[in-house]
Amino acid sequence: MAKLDSKVPPGELSGKWRRHKADIRLVNPANKRKYEVIVVGAGLAGSSAAASLAEMGYKVSCFVFHDSPRRAHSIAAQGGINAAKNYQNDGDSVYRLFYDTIKGGDYRAREANVHRLAEVSVNIIDQCVAQGVPFAREYGGLLDNRSFGGAQVSRTFYARGQTGQQLLLGAYSALSKGIASGGITLHTQSEMLDLVVVDGHAKGIIVRDLVTGTITRHAADAVILATGGYGNVFNLSTYARGSNATAIWRAYKRGACFANPCYTQIHPTCIPVTGDYQSKLTLMSESLRNDGRIWVPKRKEDRLKPPASIPESDRDYYLERIYPSFGNLCPRDVASRAAKRVCDEGRGVGISGLGVYLDFAESIGRLGESGVRERYGNLFDIYKEITNENAYKVPMRIFPAVHYTMGGLWVDYNLMSNVPGLFVLGEANFSDHGANRLGASALMQGLGDGYFVIPYTVGDYLASQKPGSRPSADSQEFKTAEVEVALTTSRMLSIKGKEPVSHYHKRLGQIMWQYCGMARNKEGLEKALQEIPALRKEFWENVHVPGSGDTMNQSLERAGRVADFLELGELMCRDALAREESCGGHFREEHQYPDGECKRDDVNFAHVAAWEFAGEGKDPVRNTEPLNYETVKMSVRNYK
Amino acid sequence: MSTNTFSVTVRVWRQDGPGRPGAFADYPVAGVNPDMSFLEMLDVLNDELTMKGIEPVAFAHDCREGICGTCSLVIDGKPHGPHHGVASCQTYMRSYKDGDVIVVEPYRARPFPVVKDLVTDRSAFDKIQQAGGFISIRTGSAPEANSVPVPKEVADLAMDAAQCIGCGACVAACKNSSAMLFVAAKVSHLGLLPQGQPERDRRVLAMVSTMDGLGFGSCTNQYECSAACPKLISHDFIARMNRDYAKAVFRSAFKPVAAGAEA
Repeated sequence: MAKLDSKVPPGELSGKWRRHKADIRLVNPANKRKYEVIVVGAGLAGSSAAASLAEMGYKVSCFVFHDSPRRAHSIAAQGGINAAKNYQNDGDSVYRLFYDTIKGGDYRAREANVHRLAEVSVNIIDQCVAQGVPFAREYGGLLDNRSFGGAQVSRTFYARGQTGQQLLLGAYSALSKGIASGGITLHTQSEMLDLVVVDGHAKGIIVRDLVTGTITRHAADAVILATGGYGNVFNLSTYARGSNATAIWRAYKRGACFANPCYTQIHPTCIPVTGDYQSKLTLMSESLRNDGRIWVPKRKEDRLKPPASIPESDRDYYLERIYPSFGNLCPRDVASRAAKRVCDEGRGVGISGLGVYLDFAESIGRLGESGVRERYGNLFDIYKEITNENAYKVPMRIFPAVHYTMGGLWVDYNLMSNVPGLFVLGEANFSDHGANRLGASALMQGLGDGYFVIPYTVGDYLASQKPGSRPSADSQEFKTAEVEVALTTSRMLSIKGKEPVSHYHKRLGQIMWQYCGMARNKEGLEKALQEIPALRKEFWENVHVPGSGDTMNQSLERAGRVADFLELGELMCRDALAREESCGGHFREEHQYPDGECKRDDVNFAHVAAWEFAGEGKDPVRNTEPLNYETVKMSVRNYK
Repeated sequence: MSTNTFSVTVRVWRQDGPGRPGAFADYPVAGVNPDMSFLEMLDVLNDELTMKGIEPVAFAHDCREGICGTCSLVIDGKPHGPHHGVASCQTYMRSYKDGDVIVVEPYRARPFPVVKDLVTDRSAFDKIQQAGGFISIRTGSAPEANSVPVPKEVADLAMDAAQCIGCGACVAACKNSSAMLFVAAKVSHLGLLPQGQPERDRRVLAMVSTMDGLGFGSCTNQYECSAACPKLISHDFIARMNRDYAKAVFRSAFKPVAAGAEA
């Protein structure tokens, strides 16, 4: 069994981080340049970490599979970033942001981590503004805010509908500065295919160059994974096509525990699926729920009628009806399940019946078309390009889609996994969002981890490692890992079966969406646990990966990622089956209140489930870390 | 949603690797749905090629929602295809009809060599950014965010420039392979904001000289760049950068030397 020590400092909640920073070990400036740190990924978390560590003097190597670090999928985040600045004078505070995030996560996150996140949120905004991030401003020249789901204050900072882009370009500029100064060595089109563990510590990675196919070994004193989430297990999602779980999955197989894999976020406002050729789903930002009203017809007979012909009296603004205090701004998991329920009742709109209206008629009446265009113009444009419909004239049709994964590698308060020397940041870890993430909190966590947590905590580990003691990349552990990577690659290329990789990805996605999606039950999960291993077996016998391994081969890249998804999907179902309660994004049909809301079981499941790899063909071990709530009282989440 | 499918022929550039000879190949694609994106049509083609034993067409893509800047197709001679202000990935097959022959090529520009088929190497853009596309502040040293007010009009204009996705269509569209629109967007974004003033001169000088050194051509004011830009970034920013550059050259010439000292 893995030892899971959260290392949460003792004492009163609001002072934990301050005291911890004062207590942890430091590395002196002259020694910092003797340490090499590998950062995998260059999204918000990876870029900000690499840039900050290089500024401090560490030698940083940053690896990305993209052709440029600016392409990481953080760039696609639309709506905004939360921070407890209280610029709106509406009663916000660090405590309130902490509390909203804990409650939004359905009391399944670690209090201390979340409080720290709320504390550093204010520094993030300062940092980004100083970098030149062009946040929206008021006429007086000060920063503007808007509201997001799960909060009753306006604390979200934004840059039109492209906040993630602007924050990433800020972090990318810091990264570029580090590259220019020589502190960071950048490796683009370089995919991490294994973690190297020496004497129980993470000391390097194995990388495949996606242009030449060359496999190389890289040693370091510490390894930081900031490789994002694993929502592409579902095939269809709002993730980029390249987003994958390979880095964290290979780390899992080297001993890092995988926490709460079943916690996936289904975002309520995405453009519905149109056909089986579809490669991705596009998000319509949650910020639209500030001004758009969600409804379906009261009667199923009306569902195919033109929406304008349905009078107000025949419309069901179901979120406003069921959740009068939060209305259209209730949290994502709640809004998604409500959409599923009305569609299950046969009232879903569009030909497929899998859609609800997001209607701007009322806000266009209030703000004028130009007012709505100023706030959301680019989102309306995207909607028009994809659907060929003008949302200024007819309501948008939206439906929930996979958007984020709250689960990820287990980390302690220092963001270090149970494998010493392996740190995990951003969406790739599990730490801050519990069972459901609130809107505009992912950007906050990525940058908080990278700019303001890891610079302190990595030193605590490195101070225990003698400078210059890192193993050589020519040591046996590295060579063995390299050979294993090369064997897996050549094995995939040699199958030459009858189906392309996409075939298996689609089938896995269908199983996951059906049995481990918005609603789960024992029978379905058990079925999935039969079907996924069978599909995985078929993949390894019948997949056709064309081409060779010594050149750019996009089919081979995807095959490796899908092979990992085929294993991870099974672990997600196992976790969902073992968690006999409903919480946040994890909704077990057996555990609900009569009105369809989540029914948690705090007596038996107020813990993190951290799965430990036990070897090929063996059942993984379910370790638990109890969640001790010292400050907040766990209660039934209520948005009514 | 439409159910009427149709067929097209894709005439696509095939090239094994950098510096290798390339050629066009024609592939029929049947069952095209008007709601398919252009890249999804290529996905369908690639699965068919795979099963026929032909190596699939390599093309760059990632977010498929027009923001990451990875996709970079030249479709029927136009970077990012037929529509104004959208990236290749946001081009939908409803723009085509049964029997169309669609020519798909990589960007053709010396600083962006072909890696394979439709994929080009745009790392030159990263090198220009590394030359000065940043504000040199250390993590943790930032002042309170609202301590420096920025007029809304200035912030909005900076945002207009800042939304460049770094796709390189401006270079591909330009007969001189000029990167002026890309560089001007970054120089203007940071140069407009008060936070960017301390390094305004050195930034524009360093980025322009790096751009020139990487082999990008000069601007001859024909604005093919902004016409091809998926984010509709205005060529007016080029004029703005030229003014910034001239001022910076002038100011950097002032180097006071005391009488008798070594120059």
